Amino acid sequence: MASREENGRLPVAGRDPTAMGTRVHLARSFVANRKNRNMMERTHTILAKRQLSENVFSLRVNAPLIAAEREAGQFILLSIDGEFGERIPLTIADADPDEGSITLIFQRVGMTTMKLAEMNVGDALAVLVGPLGLPTHIENFGTVVCVGGGIGVAPMHPIVQALKAAGNKIITIIGARNQELMVLEDEMRAMSDELIVCTDDGSYGRKALVTEPLKEICERDPKPNLVVAIGPPIMMKFCAETTRPYEVHTMVSLNTIMVDGTGMCGGCRVTVGGKAKFVCVDGPEFDGHLVDFDGMMKRLRGYQAQERQAVADYEAHRCNLDAAYREAADKE
Amino acid sequence: MSHPTRDELNARAEANLAEIGDGGSALKPKARLAIPSQDMPAQAPEIRRANTSEVATGYTEAQALLEAQRCLRCKKQPCIKGCPVAIDIRDFVTAIAQGDFQAAVNTIKLSSLLPAICGRVCPQETQCQAECTVGKSLKDPLKSVAIGRLERFVADWERERGTISVPEVKPPTGKKVGVVGSGPAGLVVAADVRREGHEVTVFEAFHKFGGVMLYGIPEFRLPKEIVRKEVETLEAMGVEMIPNFVVGRTRKLMDLMEKDGYDALFVGTGAGLPKFMNIEGEELVGVFSANEYLTRANLMRAYEKGKAATPIANSRKVAVFGGGNVAMDSARTALRLGAEEVHLIYRRTEKEMPARVEEVEHAKEEGVQFHILQNAKRILGDEHGLVTSIECLRYELGEPDASGRRRPLEIKGSEFEFEVDTVIVAIGNSSNPLIKQTTPALETTDWGTLVADDDGLTSVPRVFAGGDIVLGAATVILAMGQGRRAAAAINKLLAEE
Repeated sequence: MASREENGRLPVAGRDPTAMGTRVHLARSFVANRKNRNMMERTHTILAKRQLSENVFSLRVNAPLIAAEREAGQFILLSIDGEFGERIPLTIADADPDEGSITLIFQRVGMTTMKLAEMNVGDALAVLVGPLGLPTHIENFGTVVCVGGGIGVAPMHPIVQALKAAGNKIITIIGARNQELMVLEDEMRAMSDELIVCTDDGSYGRKALVTEPLKEICERDPKPNLVVAIGPPIMMKFCAETTRPYEVHTMVSLNTIMVDGTGMCGGCRVTVGGKAKFVCVDGPEFDGHLVDFDGMMKRLRGYQAQERQAVADYEAHRCNLDAAYREAADKE
Repeated sequence: MSHPTRDELNARAEANLAEIGDGGSALKPKARLAIPSQDMPAQAPEIRRANTSEVATGYTEAQALLEAQRCLRCKKQPCIKGCPVAIDIRDFVTAIAQGDFQAAVNTIKLSSLLPAICGRVCPQETQCQAECTVGKSLKDPLKSVAIGRLERFVADWERERGTISVPEVKPPTGKKVGVVGSGPAGLVVAADVRREGHEVTVFEAFHKFGGVMLYGIPEFRLPKEIVRKEVETLEAMGVEMIPNFVVGRTRKLMDLMEKDGYDALFVGTGAGLPKFMNIEGEELVGVFSANEYLTRANLMRAYEKGKAATPIANSRKVAVFGGGNVAMDSARTALRLGAEEVHLIYRRTEKEMPARVEEVEHAKEEGVQFHILQNAKRILGDEHGLVTSIECLRYELGEPDASGRRRPLEIKGSEFEFEVDTVIVAIGNSSNPLIKQTTPALETTDWGTLVADDDGLTSVPRVFAGGDIVLGAATVILAMGQGRRAAAAINKLLAEE
């Protein structure tokens, strides 16, 4: 015990440490060893919030342990209500181990993300657990094409960071339906040797689907050594189909419906090479040429009706609230 | 079927008790064998299938007193041999017969820390009650002394009176022990190690504590309040409980010892990796592992529609594959969530079902339709990937296999199809790969379970393991038994230093 006592422990001001029981001792050991005062601070407060587009938001959240342990490709699960909330997986877009924070980028699509978008700096997430999933396998492959579609650019960000740091030549293709939905362009440009921007409607960059420039790059000599594609399932499916004839290994990162994120429920399962794989413990990254995207897309729609109903109920509830506020304001 | 109410059962018991009068302790064995075995009071099936309250409401005091009189006080005490944690059964049953419920609870707690839970979920008919002389004399194991119900009675009696005492904790030793997982094995280790004065931290991956007792076993069989009470007791003992912490991911197992100063660890992460049948159609929308279905309903509270954000399938016709407790839990949960028909498909016969007899009876009473000697061959779906029906095969029983159960053999050409919209696969679990993935030093068996000796010591010094991560899928009481042995070994190890 003596050695631990001397190990640079920070005194807890105004409190008798012995009266605190195990809580203090635990905090101490993490403090002593990680040189970070808030290491065991398990309140996941929102430190910063940014709206990247109409429906895309970025949150920087206090999560020192996750920030310290996370690697490219991993994700977290969060819930905004510890009693009745649902657990949703989100990729870690960035992390700052010194500050002890992680950055989450999410699109407002369902009930939980709608409520999450309404949270503000200083609010705390009820549940945040991670980092989950296997990290991306990083090495110097040579030339890597990174294709990010829509919000898929967010999970791509740390992967590009790691691939770049490993010495790869990075060609990045980012695509969105229109300019308004384009996120992290500057960040990706800064890390890429070549950046191609395209929009479906031509409102910005090249008017094309991401598969067009991808095909052109596959036809270059020498062809790229690896393609990483992250985005909507349909985009990943067609990226995999684009690279298949060129036999360029294509990695995709899947985001399926999860409950626990530790392999326990199997709700995230997807067929890869004819076998059922769990995205949470076997993934989230898989060989895109082996993934049954059609099956996965069907499973993703499994709760669509309930989700739509929940969103409709929530919006109706909000409209009622707004109406009540307006009425109250009118009376005044 | 007539369903006697709790009041009726109680009145009968009181009348029988009055006949015995004060002579209870002097009863001859023949007279004890003549006492009618006491049925468990339960909510009426047609009522309970529409609520999530506990089905079995527990013995009344008169029933407990009378049932305890059925015990023959055998010198050899065969029942103890049937108990994985060797509870002094004769002593606690005798104490109940004498009306000393506190003494009964105290006796149980010398061996078992979670009597309110084990009294509810232990498969007593294959353990203590299988060995009971009363059952053997009456040539019906179901007529054995209802040891589990008596255990539950006194545990509930203590909890309801609010007299559960917080176990004494010895002075601080300065040693720290980490417990990975807050299921039955982990909770028991935490209590036993903390009592010796060591600091204990329990790390739980979920946002609530209790492991399978919370996410798996439904409220109607094990009220969550009981599990919460056990966790509160641990907290009152000074055990640090940390939720949302996945050891291996949030922090590496070895880092806890090498960097964070834990002197020993116990891994009780359970058997959480659901098995599927590997048949056509299992990827369809509407096919769930029992783990997923039950977790959505229990832990995520999906049965409280309108309140819970976690959705669950709105099922009309459900097929459940399997014959264990988890299959019964899934089937009965589906009924409570509003399914019109629930079909349980099992390829052997009812005799071979691993579920507790009481759960099988309750499931039938509630209207679960049993299809024995049948097995699903494939699951069929529509163009949206939604389940529309299953195709089954009929089976017959052949020679006994390695497990001693008669091997089911398929009857060629017996395929038939029936309409369902939901399939729940409840055929067991493999061991969870997460700890193994992130801690390569831990040796595992071919089945992925951790290698551990009799004390629970793994291939890594100071790292112990127990429960389903060592046993494969087993029971709460076996996990608890392993936890106790590992805790004793941890305490011994730390005391010697």
